[in-house]
Amino acid sequence: MTKSLRFLLTVIAVASAMMSAAYARVQIDITKGTVEPMPIAVPEFISSSDQTAGVSRDLTGVVMADLDRSGLFAVIDQRAYIENLTSVNVRPKFADWRLINAQVLVVGEVTQLDDGRIEVATRVWDVYGDEQLGAVSFKTPADNWRRAAHKVADYVYKALTGESGYFDTRIVFVHESGPKQHKVKRLMIMDQDGANPAPLTDGLNYQALTPRFSPTQQQITYMALFDNKPGQVYLFNIETGEQEQLGTFRGMTFAPRFSPDGTQVLLSMERGGNSDVFKMDLATRRLTRLTDNPAVDVSPTMSPDGKRIAFTSDRGGTPQIYVMNADGSDQKRITFGQGRYMTPVWSPRGDLIAFTRQYEGQFYIGVIRPDGTGERLLTQSYLDEGPTWAPNGRVIMFYRETPTRADGSGGEDSLWSVDLTGRNLRRIRTPGEASDPAWSPLLP
Amino acid sequence: MAIKAVLKYAGAAGMLALLAACASTAGPDVNAASNDTTAATQPAGPTPGSEADFEQNAGHRVFFAYDQYTLTPQAQATLARQAAWLKQYPDTKILIAGNCDERGTREYNLALGARRAEAARAYLVNMGVDASRITTVSYGKERPLDPRSTEEAWAVNRNATTTLRTTGS
Repeated sequence: MTKSLRFLLTVIAVASAMMSAAYARVQIDITKGTVEPMPIAVPEFISSSDQTAGVSRDLTGVVMADLDRSGLFAVIDQRAYIENLTSVNVRPKFADWRLINAQVLVVGEVTQLDDGRIEVATRVWDVYGDEQLGAVSFKTPADNWRRAAHKVADYVYKALTGESGYFDTRIVFVHESGPKQHKVKRLMIMDQDGANPAPLTDGLNYQALTPRFSPTQQQITYMALFDNKPGQVYLFNIETGEQEQLGTFRGMTFAPRFSPDGTQVLLSMERGGNSDVFKMDLATRRLTRLTDNPAVDVSPTMSPDGKRIAFTSDRGGTPQIYVMNADGSDQKRITFGQGRYMTPVWSPRGDLIAFTRQYEGQFYIGVIRPDGTGERLLTQSYLDEGPTWAPNGRVIMFYRETPTRADGSGGEDSLWSVDLTGRNLRRIRTPGEASDPAWSPLLP
Repeated sequence: MAIKAVLKYAGAAGMLALLAACASTAGPDVNAASNDTTAATQPAGPTPGSEADFEQNAGHRVFFAYDQYTLTPQAQATLARQAAWLKQYPDTKILIAGNCDERGTREYNLALGARRAEAARAYLVNMGVDASRITTVSYGKERPLDPRSTEEAWAVNRNATTTLRTTGS
């Protein structure tokens, strides 16, 4: 379903010395707790011909929406713009942009190529420094303009924050329908902004739960919850649509998650009622036990360097988060706050572990350092669960469920995102009810 | 203070579980499906050895306190009747499904549901039911009997449910 596409990345003109000087001037420090959104102007991308006018307008809208949704930028209303730009290769009149308080100006142009593709050229200008922060050009089939727009937004994000963006990514999630007593749960995929939703699985005779993206390939692992026999972990190739059960086990296998290099799947397996953590090598299909404890051990997640694994265990009486070496040795509890800590998910940056905390009737999404210090709670509701990280480790998506009232109303599941700062909580648009989001790596 | 609150909560939920368990063994079950109309039209009651007979005369569901998988005295009594019934019909096979309320994460509850199913299975085996007749499964929090977000609903949803497997396969 993914179009095979190769983006040709050409830096039009940029002196690296100039670039670093410019960074010092307008760069956003996204590690700060409180970030004032940077005022940015994004005039409609210039269209080289009538043929590309529609694409230019739509593409600009997607760039603006990406930047706005990040919470780091305040996109200035296009109606306030004074200068009417006619070419991406003309130096803007910075005075006109300073008048409307724009700090950064993004100028783009869409050109129809002879081979049917379009070229999207973009320059990012520092309005107060009177200089270019960067320039980039993508060539892509015309019907792929959305991804081109996300690539442009990722480029702007990186130029202004110094970090990789996350706009050209996708989300796999569980689409839910039917009564709460036995919901129909199937997998869907969509762009990070909710566009292009499409079913991945259909007409299954089981519930699909807890999908997780491979960090290296267009592949997911998830749990199939059957009727009348123990649920099992599956592998699903998004490119080919092929799926397979990851081994046949007498006990339930569940809570799968890829290792950071994509060669292993960590999972829990239940035997005689007790769940422990295992890892399976995908090439050899060899299963290795990592924990052997009479308590519940679930939800393993590996650090990006592959050296450690965090998981949930109730060996201390309540579910808490533990960290161990990748071979299962040196198991240590890291959460000691009140309530229960579950579903650890290691950040792709390695610096934090996201979790679900349950305390006094409320659920929270939070983050904590792998050594157990620095806990911060980001969200709170009746039920927040299942965090997944944007590939740059700056945004967390999760699902939220509302309580079901006596008349049966409510009980709705939806996807939300929140910044690592705890700000910028936003609902993600999905076709119908949704849960268990899984964020893809940046698309190639 | 938090621990106290949790205990109090668990205690209250446990009471509800007990009530629910009593209700289920006394006749009308929390699962409306078990009150099938055949019972009303046939004074003799459900066909001996049938699913309805099992539900009515043994009780097919036991309940648990919040985040617990230990069997209450009421649960043990129900399982003892299940064991007696299963000995009476030695050709039957059963599936025990462990279920949880919605106040937990999906993955942890799958593990907890497995514990509940196993607790019921182990009790039956201990009472002399052949282990080869029993299959267990966990549905975690994915199959709530009562969809409401109330203590009463959660108490009912924390259960291990025994059903007869269709024979002949």
